[in-house]
Amino acid sequence: MGEPLLVFPDPPPPLLVQTLDLAGYSWKAAGNASLATQLEPVDGWAGAVISAETDPEGAFVVCRSLRRRDVPVSPVLLLVSGTQLADLELREDLFDDFCLTPFHPRELEARLRLLAWRSGRATGPEVVEYGDLLINLETYQAAVAGRPLDLTYMEHELLKFFATHPGKVFTRETLLSRVWGYEYYGGARTVDVHVRRLRAKLGDDHAGWIQTVRSVGYRFGQSRWGVPANDKP
Amino acid sequence: MERQLEYVLRTVEERNVRFVRLWFTDVSGFLKSFAITPAELEDALEAGMEFDGSCIEGFTRIQESDMLARPDPGTFELVHLPGEETPVARMFCDIHLPSGEPFDGDPRFVLKRTLERAREKGFTFYVAPEMEYFYFRSADGTEPLDHASYFDLTPSDLASELRKQTILALEGMGIPVQYSHHEISPSQQEIDLRYTDALTMADNILAFRTVVKEVAQSRGVYATFMPKPVAGWNGSGMHSHLSLFEGDVNAFHDPGDEYGLSKVGKCFVAGLLQHAREITAITNQWVNSYKRLIAGYEAPVYICWARNNRSALVRVPIPRRADSGSRVEYRAPDPACNPYLAFSLMLAAGLKGIEEGYPLPPEATNNIFEMTPEERLAEGIYNLPNSLAEALDVMEKSEFVAEVLGEHVFDYFIRNKRLEWAEYKSYVTPFEIDRYLGVL
Repeated sequence: MGEPLLVFPDPPPPLLVQTLDLAGYSWKAAGNASLATQLEPVDGWAGAVISAETDPEGAFVVCRSLRRRDVPVSPVLLLVSGTQLADLELREDLFDDFCLTPFHPRELEARLRLLAWRSGRATGPEVVEYGDLLINLETYQAAVAGRPLDLTYMEHELLKFFATHPGKVFTRETLLSRVWGYEYYGGARTVDVHVRRLRAKLGDDHAGWIQTVRSVGYRFGQSRWGVPANDKP
Repeated sequence: MERQLEYVLRTVEERNVRFVRLWFTDVSGFLKSFAITPAELEDALEAGMEFDGSCIEGFTRIQESDMLARPDPGTFELVHLPGEETPVARMFCDIHLPSGEPFDGDPRFVLKRTLERAREKGFTFYVAPEMEYFYFRSADGTEPLDHASYFDLTPSDLASELRKQTILALEGMGIPVQYSHHEISPSQQEIDLRYTDALTMADNILAFRTVVKEVAQSRGVYATFMPKPVAGWNGSGMHSHLSLFEGDVNAFHDPGDEYGLSKVGKCFVAGLLQHAREITAITNQWVNSYKRLIAGYEAPVYICWARNNRSALVRVPIPRRADSGSRVEYRAPDPACNPYLAFSLMLAAGLKGIEEGYPLPPEATNNIFEMTPEERLAEGIYNLPNSLAEALDVMEKSEFVAEVLGEHVFDYFIRNKRLEWAEYKSYVTPFEIDRYLGVL
């Protein structure tokens, strides 16, 4: 597992602790919103499981604070009893899914898995997007406007590197060392050759994504300092 | 390497590839292909696919019929065939013996070995070929599709549409095209490929020949790389622009030189000229190749170099971009050669010139072409071999060529081509019937 889940309240209900531990999730409990921020790991919470059983008001306050951030914590799973269902009305923006208490451990696990899968597909780090370019890092597949690109391995690696660093200018040497690795012998001309192949495969409409920066190297996408001439309307 | 294998396996799965074509070449440069299923792919990548080498021209050695084709994952490409929903995957293979050693009869290995020699000296070898070929109505005759000529704009013409379709297919396979136009003869085309390293380019030329032929076939016509299909018309060449780089620096370039050529560049050209006669059997390997190498059709005949004369064997074009464009153009090869072997020998000849410090002969002046054969000989200007037989005679005596090709390829090639010449010699040609039957 990567980063821990945030769990509310502190201490959490024993069955919740047991279920998370048995399923192999790492987690940390926090009793209020500011503690949730203080305890947060550098790379952010992997998600949150908020139990509203004992302190419904406190639970919704935490949910709201998690969602109000610049980068909202997601996914949030809310645990509520049957009598609290009415309280969910008009609070749909505060959570991604809920689970009725008392819960069955298998159900909680299944819901967590589903949430992780959904968020992984939509916004997780496995996907790189630029305009209508989409690169799935897990399956190694790249597509432009839904059209799959037929790439060789090195073309794929080069495109991935470009798309994860849009707007930045790279010298041929930097590209060679970062994409090919130092052991590659071919010389910096290799970069030119691959850029040309990649442009050919992107097609006329998108070949302009990779711009040649005279006597420096290449830039993918728009400059950070302004719109390149050929992109102006 | 691990990730590269994973990339190949994963892409085959994600894209629903049902067949993986494994490509390699025989000694003559014919593309050999066999297909495996995705289920066999992982094994093939790790251990290679076994096949019977005795079926392949030039591989035959009775005691060595079992061979392994080991796909090179760096060459993995997806190819879209017309009418097929899912793409087919393609990889070039290196041929190995069951013991795991590279097979020295594999032309791709010959080129790799020669490139390694260049690399030891700090050089990378780049090639950009100009591919010429003809479209005919069918493979049974030489009826052209048009009667256009050089640079003619023939918008409604089938040939230019075929050319356009071919270029799109090539670019989709990662083979960028620099330039294309109608050539000087009726129905003759030229497509210039952008430079790349020699190994990739040799792979690309095999793919190129297949794509050109397949696109033509899909429209019911025939494309041929035969060097001289019609007497009286210009033949098809494969002028090859060659350059050496030391890292990022073009090793041929010297802005202070009268010709823009560095010492390395001059020695390379001298090496090409010095060994031109020995390597011609490889760059021009068919009986028919020598019908192209005659005076009067812009094909090279005399062993000389020049900046602007297009009949010279080696042309030193004036580079367009001052820093990296320096290159030399070797004009003998035809597009029906085995590119792996041809590139090996062109590179090795140039390297030999650098190693031995061959001096560059003076630039050819126009009057070379007006001199009598005796005058040329007096100036030390030799001809390329006149026929396949003469080319083989010269090659057979060359230690240099034997060393570059390796004993296996060298022996097989000479034997095989002697046989071809013997068959040609015993054939009574239409020329003889026309000329002699009525009068003798």
